[in-house]
Amino acid sequence: MLTIDRVGKVYPNGVRALDGVNIEVGPGEVVVVVGGSGCGKSTLLRAICGLDAPTQGRVVLDNVEITAPQEKIGIIFQEPRLLPWLTVADNVAFGIAHLPRAEREARVARVLERVGLADKAGVWPRELSGGQAQRVAIARALVPRPEVLLLDEPFSALDAFTRADLQEHVLALWSDLKPTLIMVTHDVDEAVVLADRIVVMRPRPGRIMTEIDADLPRPRDRQSAAFDFVKRRVLAALDRSLERNTVTDDGQTKTEAGAALWW
Amino acid sequence: MSLAQMTVTAEPEATEQGKRWAGLGRATRLGLGILLPLVLAAGWELAVHLGWSNGRLVPPPSVVFATFVELWRAGELQRHIAVTTGRVAAGFAIGVIAGTFVGAIAGYSALVRRLIDPTMQALRSIPSIAWVPIFILWFGIFEASKITLIAVGVFFPVYLGVMGAIMSVDRKLVEVGRAFRLSPAAMMRRILLPAVLPHYVIAIRSGLGLGWMFVVAAELLGASEGLGFLLVDGQQLGKPAQIVAAIVAFAIIGKISDWIVVIATAPFLRWEDRARGAEA
Repeated sequence: MLTIDRVGKVYPNGVRALDGVNIEVGPGEVVVVVGGSGCGKSTLLRAICGLDAPTQGRVVLDNVEITAPQEKIGIIFQEPRLLPWLTVADNVAFGIAHLPRAEREARVARVLERVGLADKAGVWPRELSGGQAQRVAIARALVPRPEVLLLDEPFSALDAFTRADLQEHVLALWSDLKPTLIMVTHDVDEAVVLADRIVVMRPRPGRIMTEIDADLPRPRDRQSAAFDFVKRRVLAALDRSLERNTVTDDGQTKTEAGAALWW
Repeated sequence: MSLAQMTVTAEPEATEQGKRWAGLGRATRLGLGILLPLVLAAGWELAVHLGWSNGRLVPPPSVVFATFVELWRAGELQRHIAVTTGRVAAGFAIGVIAGTFVGAIAGYSALVRRLIDPTMQALRSIPSIAWVPIFILWFGIFEASKITLIAVGVFFPVYLGVMGAIMSVDRKLVEVGRAFRLSPAAMMRRILLPAVLPHYVIAIRSGLGLGWMFVVAAELLGASEGLGFLLVDGQQLGKPAQIVAAIVAFAIIGKISDWIVVIATAPFLRWEDRARGAEA
């Protein structure tokens, strides 16, 4: 169980990035955080993984307060951040250097197979496409078998096809090990495809606006009415979070159309 | 012409030119590099032969070559080269190790940098020759003082290069190390040093160049062996050909030593995503 307890963050320059954020995430749950830019999504993720300590509140994983990066928590950044001087296989093995060689090699081979890059084990990162590099980054984060996996807008730099493909990869990998997944995105479709629960944040300071259940059966059909319904709710919440809908009783549809255009 | 058009037309040209140069064989490229010195040497040789100059103070290549061969036959040249190379090697090793160590710490820790960097910069600006008298007082007139002088020369470019490179390592890669809970030593070994390796090689090469410079300074000011001694000896006995032969020997071993560094480090830099191919 991961508990984010009244977490707030004020940067040294006085900017209040987060204020009183409470989220409880159960084991194996997929929570997607959406929100406009500057609403503290990334700050929240960095607080959860212990890279930046919050200035108020605390993050607790299995009754242990997180103040520094943990073995139990893996993170995937917006960019692949592969180490260019290591081959793909060595990059994947980066976080499990303490394991015996045979075990290490077996795990790397398995996860590369799983992300469909078994034939790229020996190449340098510079030879990979953007999508392939991000798959290696996913493999690297998963190979130490974290209990919690954090994803910070991991597919935002990729084209739509690659993005959909990687979402499938993430879901497949998630169903293998069932880690808790917390993902930040600004892509509403992506949120509805992946999430059990969608947390909508609002900016200045970053707070939670609302939580939306997205408990649709998997695999999810992007064309289904249920999918569309959840998506519309998220879009409406996002629109409200930016306080652009001033007339609440007039045309709900209008708001949604506007939101769909905006997002 | 629009920007897009310009890029479209510019690209094939660039690649074609690249192809033309790549099409030249390795031997041809080597030949191009050696063309200028050959033309200059031949020109001077001709000038002396035609009587435009007597070539007494500036000996023609044939005389230099004869002196070179003569010194080589007598075993003199080998002995002097060995002594000088030994001094440079010892000073270089000490300078590189110390420079890497101090530079890495200063690059990693802002506190250490604030403490020592101003002093280092002040010491760096002291002309090399200024150290000679004090080193001779401290370490005697034999090898220790010379090797120390060379080590000092090698130390500063390596220190500066390592420190600057470590300070400029991409924060995002450092964060990967933090996310995987690396200790400071592991961070240095697994992230920072590999990341700075390309800069490090350049720092080592400029350190090596300064090493060869400082060995001459050391040998000019009191040595009974070494290429620097050969220079002074040639001056005192009025043998310009010997001086030029020693200078040529410096050029050759300097280039070879640099080339060894490049060759030895190349396998560690294969990962680099370089815009330009192997320039060595």
